[in-house]
Amino acid sequence: MSNAVTRGWVIALTPPHWRRWLLTDTPQSRRQARLGRAYLGWAAFARNPLAMLGLIIVLALIGMAIFAPLVTRYSPVVSGDTIADRFLPPGGDHWLGTDGHSWDIWSRIVYGSRTSLLIIFMVSITAAPVGIIIGTTAGYLGGWIDTALMRLTDAFLALPKLVLALAFAAALGAGMENLILAIAITSWPPYARIARAETLTVRNTDYIAAAQMSGASSFRILIGHIMPMCLPSLIVRVTLDMAGVILTAAGLGFLGLGVPLPQPEWGSMVADGRSDILNQWWVCTYPGIAIFVVSLGFNLVGDGLRDVLDPREQ
Amino acid sequence: MTMAKPILEVRNLNIRFNTPTGVNHVVRDVSFTLGREKLAIVGESGSGKSQTARAILGLTPGTVNAEKLEFDGQNLLGLSNAQWRQIRGRRITMVMQDPKYSLNPVIRIGDQLMEAAARTSPRGQLKARAIKMLEAVKIRDPERVFRAWPHELSGGMGQRAMIAMMLVTEPELLIADEPTSALDVTVRLQVLAILDDLVKTRDMGLIFISHDLKLVSTFCDRVLVMYAGQILEELDAKHLHDAKHPYTRGLLACTPNLETPADVLPTLQRDPSWMAPVRR
Amino acid sequence: MVEVKDLDVTFDTGKHRVRALAGVSFSIAAGESFGLVGESGSGKTTVLRVLAGLVREWNGAITVAGKPLRSDRDKDAKRAIQMVFQDPYGSLHPKHTVDRILAEPLQIHGIGDIENRVKETLEQVQLGPTFRFRYPHQLSGGQRQRVAIARALILRPKLLLLDEPTSALDVSIQAEVLNLLAKLRRDLDLTYILVSHDLAVVAQLCHRLAIMRTGDIVETADAQKLAKGELTHPYSRQLLTASKGFDRAAIAAFADL
Repeated sequence: MSNAVTRGWVIALTPPHWRRWLLTDTPQSRRQARLGRAYLGWAAFARNPLAMLGLIIVLALIGMAIFAPLVTRYSPVVSGDTIADRFLPPGGDHWLGTDGHSWDIWSRIVYGSRTSLLIIFMVSITAAPVGIIIGTTAGYLGGWIDTALMRLTDAFLALPKLVLALAFAAALGAGMENLILAIAITSWPPYARIARAETLTVRNTDYIAAAQMSGASSFRILIGHIMPMCLPSLIVRVTLDMAGVILTAAGLGFLGLGVPLPQPEWGSMVADGRSDILNQWWVCTYPGIAIFVVSLGFNLVGDGLRDVLDPREQ
Repeated sequence: MTMAKPILEVRNLNIRFNTPTGVNHVVRDVSFTLGREKLAIVGESGSGKSQTARAILGLTPGTVNAEKLEFDGQNLLGLSNAQWRQIRGRRITMVMQDPKYSLNPVIRIGDQLMEAAARTSPRGQLKARAIKMLEAVKIRDPERVFRAWPHELSGGMGQRAMIAMMLVTEPELLIADEPTSALDVTVRLQVLAILDDLVKTRDMGLIFISHDLKLVSTFCDRVLVMYAGQILEELDAKHLHDAKHPYTRGLLACTPNLETPADVLPTLQRDPSWMAPVRR
Repeated sequence: MVEVKDLDVTFDTGKHRVRALAGVSFSIAAGESFGLVGESGSGKTTVLRVLAGLVREWNGAITVAGKPLRSDRDKDAKRAIQMVFQDPYGSLHPKHTVDRILAEPLQIHGIGDIENRVKETLEQVQLGPTFRFRYPHQLSGGQRQRVAIARALILRPKLLLLDEPTSALDVSIQAEVLNLLAKLRRDLDLTYILVSHDLAVVAQLCHRLAIMRTGDIVETADAQKLAKGELTHPYSRQLLTASKGFDRAAIAAFADL
């Protein structure tokens, strides 16, 4: 049917029967049409080696978080011999060495991935929906609603992440919840803007006019017609922001505003090893590498998604 | 009519695109010559007419193979970028469909005209040439249009400005890709009249690409009918109603006719044999 | 069926005031196919958009099927009037399947038996069941326009507004779509208002027509008069001449009317 080889390894490796079913020009059901489209999207993404590298990194991160007890030997928060095990260099029993509290660094990195993932997840789940709802509503309804919502967005956009986190820490105490809150509150405005910009483009199209003429309510049009058109750029933006969230959390952790010790968090680990960086370089460096690799991973996935989801490609 | 040397000679032009689903052969063994005349290339979407035109300017992203592609005796195949710059915009120019998209919206008309004129004229004469060109396309207030922004012009004025821009370097060949499809009916004809005059007085060749058979049969001298990348028929515009190929006859038949509206319009029955390689 | 009296529309964008329609009046009988012809800026599309409910600010009196038409309409009022748009590539939601595009109007109005209605309407526009779950980018221009027609018909409207429905299609596809529209009008007893710049298309599909220029109707005629070339207003005659193709002598006589 089609020249499978030039369409990438995913399509080449799919059993021919499935391939025909997914790539057919004449789907027989909604499910078939949706799965076919998802399949093509995945195949396009998988053709991009950098995007796949990013995906592997992200999956490794998730795997690490889930299987943490299986890949670590030592506890991240309980030390063995507090004196003898202090500042052990990498190699031997402790793969990446130990820090000033005699905790195993590899362990803390692995368990720290759970912290990072939790922060990313919670921020995305709260900021993205808020942003898209506010942006599409403002863009579609226009008028004073648009003005009001956009000024609200501007107000939140003016808040600097670090200063807000500092304020929260001062008022409510340091901790993961406040960290997440501070980052989420300052993350949604750009999403609202993107959503509004896409909505303004889409609002005057004939298919929206047709929906209005069918009697669709504004709610139905927003959810069913406008939001699907905003999703691609938003997904890309959120994915790219995940790298930023990690860095922000690390930065706040570095300032002592993140999760308190002994809970492992990469930023605080870097801060912790700050004073010993010259003699015991491994305490800072490995968490730093972890931050770098995971940020890179999310960036690559975001770029790969952009290539796949860009509606102009069609 | 004396047999002058043709401006353009095309023999067995092939254009292929590499797509994820295989090789797409969009132009297949197209051959024609162009003298100092108005030649129409007519076809429906996907017929390959626009790609053929772009290949003459070296602007097609596809792979071009041809036995012969010569402009005024010069081979157009395998030219370097520097060599193309001597030809494109100077000796061969192109007018496209919608001035909304082909005029730079952030540069005034006069500046765009002068930029075009600068390819062949010395600095001092640029404004004078630009104004003269605007007068040649029958713009009544050339000074005002010179200072205007593209969005301030109507469709017809914009297209005339575009034609002025493309003719200011006195090219030998003008390619017009659906130049009047976006214009109102009366404006369309007025713009074509201007084009007709300019082509005649400058002794240029014109390739007019269109989907409108009726229009080209009244405007051009010769017509090439393209389908699925091939030329199916070549005839004098005056003799269009005597067309022999069933595709051409079918197209003519299914066009609504103002004077004889039919109850049911005849539709085109596509014969797969039309896709087969044309034997010359 | 449709009575329009003194329709007046002004677009005010702060910087410009454009009087798109300056007191337009016409009436259309039930089952009739009425053409609105004009060049850009004539107001023909504005008339359509007022009837469609897409332009809310207008003055004048409009009745459709005996009931007065208002600027704001409720869901039920929207069922009777539907529209087919000009650009087949822009009138279908790129991320919805044909099935969803057709089912949604039924869902909005709580009409049951969606499965059968969708299949029936697809058959009416001569698209087989294989098209049901395709996305718009998997359809050709002519197929998309058929889906747009199906969407307009699925609520069983009385009045169908057609905004240059074939101007973006190839000539051979245009013939098929025009034939389909003619057949549907007869079979489903619809009333059409067709906007076009192409006199030949109007002669083909319409019983009567009105020629518009800068917000006014300059002449109304029936299709036979048009076919015989018996138009009286100078502007109409100019349009008629222009439709015949390129003719130097005729063009020289064009005035900026």
